[in-house]
Amino acid sequence: MIPGSFEYFAPTALDEALSLLQEHGDDAKVLAGGHSLIPTMKLRLAEPAVIIDIGRIGGLKGISESDGKLVIGALTTHHELESSDLVQQKVPLLAQTAAEIGDVQVRNKGTIGGSLAHADPAADWPAAILALDADLQIAGPNGERSVKATDFFQGLYETDLGDDEILTAIHVSIPDANTKGTYLKLHQVASGFALTGVAVVLTKSGDTCQSVAVGITGVSDAPYRASAVESELTGAALDAENIAAAAERSVDGIDALEDIHASQAYRQNLAKVYTRRAIESAAS
Amino acid sequence: MATIAAPTRMVGAPIKRREDPRLIQGLSHYVDDIRLVGTLHCAFLRSDYAHAAINSIDTSAAKELPGVVTVITAEDLGEVGDIPCGAEIPDLKVPGHPALAVGRVRFVGEAVAAVVATDAYIARDALDLIEVDYEELPAVTNLDKAVEADSPLIYDDFGDNIGFTMPLEAGDVDAAFAEADHVVSQRFVNQRLIPNAMETRGVLAEYLPGEGTLTVWSSTQVPHILKTQLALIANVPEQKVRVIAPEVGGGFGSKLNVYPEEVVVSHLAIQLRKPVKWTEKRTENFTTTIHGRDQVNYVDVAVNNDGTITGIRAKILADLGASYQLLTPLIPTLTNLMIVGCYKIPNVQIELVGVLTNKMATDAYRGAGRPEATYIIERMVDLAAAQVGMDAKDIRFKNFPQPDEFPLEIPTGIIYDSGNYQESFNKALGIVDYDSLRNQQVQLRQQGRYLGIGISTYAEICGMGPSIAMPAGGWESSTVRVEPTGKITVLTGVSPHGQGQETTFAQMIADEFGVDIDDVAVIHGDTGRQPYGIGTFGSRATAVGGTAMVIAAGQVKEKMAKFAAHLMEANPDDLVFEEGSILVEGSPDQAVDFVAVALEAHVAKNLPPDTTPGLEATHFFEPSNFTYPFGAHIAVVEVDTDTGEIDIQRYVCVDDIGNIINPLLVAGQVHGGIAQGLGQALYEGAVYDESGQLLTGSFMDYAVPKATQMPHFETDHTVTPSPVNPMGVKGVGEAGTIGSTPCMVNAVVDALSPFGVKDIEMPLTPNRVWQAIQDAKG
Ligand SMILES: Cc1cc2nc3c(=O)[nH]c(=O)nc-3n(C[C@H](O)[C@H](O)[C@H](O)COP(=O)(O)OP(=O)(O)OC[C@H]3O[C@@H](n4cnc5c(N)ncnc54)[C@H](O)[C@@H]3O)c2cc1C
Repeated sequence: MIPGSFEYFAPTALDEALSLLQEHGDDAKVLAGGHSLIPTMKLRLAEPAVIIDIGRIGGLKGISESDGKLVIGALTTHHELESSDLVQQKVPLLAQTAAEIGDVQVRNKGTIGGSLAHADPAADWPAAILALDADLQIAGPNGERSVKATDFFQGLYETDLGDDEILTAIHVSIPDANTKGTYLKLHQVASGFALTGVAVVLTKSGDTCQSVAVGITGVSDAPYRASAVESELTGAALDAENIAAAAERSVDGIDALEDIHASQAYRQNLAKVYTRRAIESAAS
Repeated sequence: MATIAAPTRMVGAPIKRREDPRLIQGLSHYVDDIRLVGTLHCAFLRSDYAHAAINSIDTSAAKELPGVVTVITAEDLGEVGDIPCGAEIPDLKVPGHPALAVGRVRFVGEAVAAVVATDAYIARDALDLIEVDYEELPAVTNLDKAVEADSPLIYDDFGDNIGFTMPLEAGDVDAAFAEADHVVSQRFVNQRLIPNAMETRGVLAEYLPGEGTLTVWSSTQVPHILKTQLALIANVPEQKVRVIAPEVGGGFGSKLNVYPEEVVVSHLAIQLRKPVKWTEKRTENFTTTIHGRDQVNYVDVAVNNDGTITGIRAKILADLGASYQLLTPLIPTLTNLMIVGCYKIPNVQIELVGVLTNKMATDAYRGAGRPEATYIIERMVDLAAAQVGMDAKDIRFKNFPQPDEFPLEIPTGIIYDSGNYQESFNKALGIVDYDSLRNQQVQLRQQGRYLGIGISTYAEICGMGPSIAMPAGGWESSTVRVEPTGKITVLTGVSPHGQGQETTFAQMIADEFGVDIDDVAVIHGDTGRQPYGIGTFGSRATAVGGTAMVIAAGQVKEKMAKFAAHLMEANPDDLVFEEGSILVEGSPDQAVDFVAVALEAHVAKNLPPDTTPGLEATHFFEPSNFTYPFGAHIAVVEVDTDTGEIDIQRYVCVDDIGNIINPLLVAGQVHGGIAQGLGQALYEGAVYDESGQLLTGSFMDYAVPKATQMPHFETDHTVTPSPVNPMGVKGVGEAGTIGSTPCMVNAVVDALSPFGVKDIEMPLTPNRVWQAIQDAKG
């Protein structure tokens, strides 16, 4: 468990970090909480020659409210999201999701930006971020850009983020009073990651579903929005039968993973059961 | 000899472990914490293949790397001997086991070369510069296939992959099966487990050429055995070898061994005349520290309509791995011995086959052969009960021996020392309120909820001794010394590595001498200080090592009483040791200070005639028999049939481990043991793929139980003292692990019995539980 040797930079400004990335190209890796990167380096699955530690760039931290949105710095730790009063009042789904991640040490060090950039197929954040329809703010050599969560995740450990870019913040619209979110997860028993994680954001109008967004992680090689579930339920009465029927469609068009921890059939079943239960919870 | 004092102050008290403050504060010293000036660092190049011929190894580039001191392969080991196996089994085929691979590799992780460098980072980098030309060979990974005639061979000259077969037959099995009302058959897989001690292994070796002495610090459970073996293997006269087991962070049997790294690092220290250190990486620990369990069992039982079990027949395929470690082939033989568990089953037939495969060696892991036996019999008893339509509780009472039948000789040839299985089981049934649980189960099923009640009543064998049954001696030693200031030093041959004997042994000594526990030090794990000992394993330390110590203490007391009597002009037989004084029993004014007598014994001005100075005694104790703890576990679970998730609602455990020295430490052992047993039932399993790659090579994929997953354990005891040692103790290190695994599986199978589920292969992951329901639904 000894990493290869590397050069270490700790820039204090975003510009500086971006130009270091430009300079070192493929050889460089950004370091945030280190809780995904360092284990892979210790196993020598990754041997970056240059580490750019963004932990000292002040502007990337913290949670604030602006224009009906929560603005979450990429370097905000899971623990900060779990324990923030602002988050708990405005978007409790985020706090609920954070609480499901790893253990105390992981939550104290790991960052939301690092998790999203890493795009582990079983990470928790992607489900919530997809269901909340968040916008991801990205800085690169050509300035800033914003990308929708649904466009961000592209495959196994693959995102829309370029090698020379840094994720700076996540913007989440604050839902109205008729909207409720839930995150339900079955932990893979060894790693604690999601064997299946389902985030639901549901807006009710009386007893009908006005709109629903379902983000699912752990089931496929990339997290996804279960759009078949969403369209089936939107406009329908929120009774047990409709919810169950909609949840049945949570793996429509999805190639579910199979590994030593779960068969494909089991993952498909989990997606359906957890989707049903998450919707029931959000609808109650 | 002075008699053993009745429990007074300390023995029986729930004293906190004296070891803990230093452990919790990070003030203790594990091997890796020990720093010697000029230490070099060693790293091992390990095979990526499960089975391959080595055509050539090129170490030249690695040797060029600045900071690399040397790179060695098997050729450079000279006269260094093979890794030892202590098992003696008739017709055992023993493969060679060189410390570094010669010509072939036979499991992923096998050491092929060793690098020594000025720091651990350079040593690691150098590994990538060694080039090995391998020619891959077909790997043997499946137990059932490994014994087939056309299987590839792991050792060509053996002709097959069978290391040994051991038949066992008692009674008239054929008649029992022919006459039985029912025969119940089942195949079980007792999956391979990875021990995962919290501290990985580590070795530091120093050779002083002037003195010709080799000192080895190793994270081991058996420093004395390691000393003898290193002397023989590394060719250093034994009187010049010292092995020190400093703080050892757990073992569970995995450090009851002599490992290639201990040999190679010692050899390198001798060759280089510099201290050499190796600290095992967690990934190495997964692949190259021994594994446990790994059996496939084909079992039949003969049972009559009234629940009487008349016979058991088993074919046991035990995976030995690619080479033998210290006890490898012996472990499954314990399964043979214990297969009838706590029942009177007169007719037994077992065919045990030890099988070689291209995997890491198996060896002792907490329970070592007995969890497998307990699993077989406890699962079969439940299946038999289901077959004859009897409650799982009633069939057990039906087949228990009566308390007055002990000592009880069982058909596998051993003698259970003492027991009262009815008492512990009744107590457990009372705690859970068994009958109302069964009613509740019926009601919940009507609501579509699946409650399961699992029982396991177990008996196990521990207190390892006598010597006739042990490869390296079944005794233990201790020296007890009262120092001139009245402080007491205890040296013990056992080598605790988490069990807490620095506390329990001090409790016993404090009571013996009537002194404060803080005046007692228990010193272990250094062959340069202790008399020769055997070590800590097989739940033997207190029953065997503790007895040796108490007897040695008695000898010191006898001498001290003579000195005290001389000072007081009293009769030594009338004296008692209490609260820092030695006094005439019943007349407290006739007393002398314990410390004053200790000092007098050493300044030696006023000793009685015909006595010698000093207060020290050494005793070697060998028990006449093993001890046989027993007990009852009951688990209550609810299964979520949509997802296969298991909610453990209650866990009750009533053990009988004989007399108890410290209930707090006993609870610790029981809790940890149950957690490990539930780990096997629910979470753990080493998975090798067909090519012999370990797929569960890290904590991301290998699930050890976590505190948050464990239920509240409701533990209690009955006390049936053992007659084989004067303290009446049995042993508790493994009991929790042995009893708990089948209990949990019985509970889950019981929950799913309405679906027709009869068995689920461990670990009972949600996936497997869900799949079992789907399969049963058809
Ligand atoms: C024991 C353990 C258990 C865990 N359990 C869970 C779990 O249950 N659920 C879960 O979701 N996760 C889990 N994790 C992962 C954890 O959440 C990580 O913290 C997270 O995935 C990565 O965040 P980080 O800040 O540590 O990123 P790092 O490890 O520092 O970086 C990860 C990757 O992202 C890149 N990166 C980081 N920040 C940025 C940025 N701002 N812009 C561009 N690229 C960036 C890095 O270059 C690197 O490639 C676990 C980790 C461990 C060690």
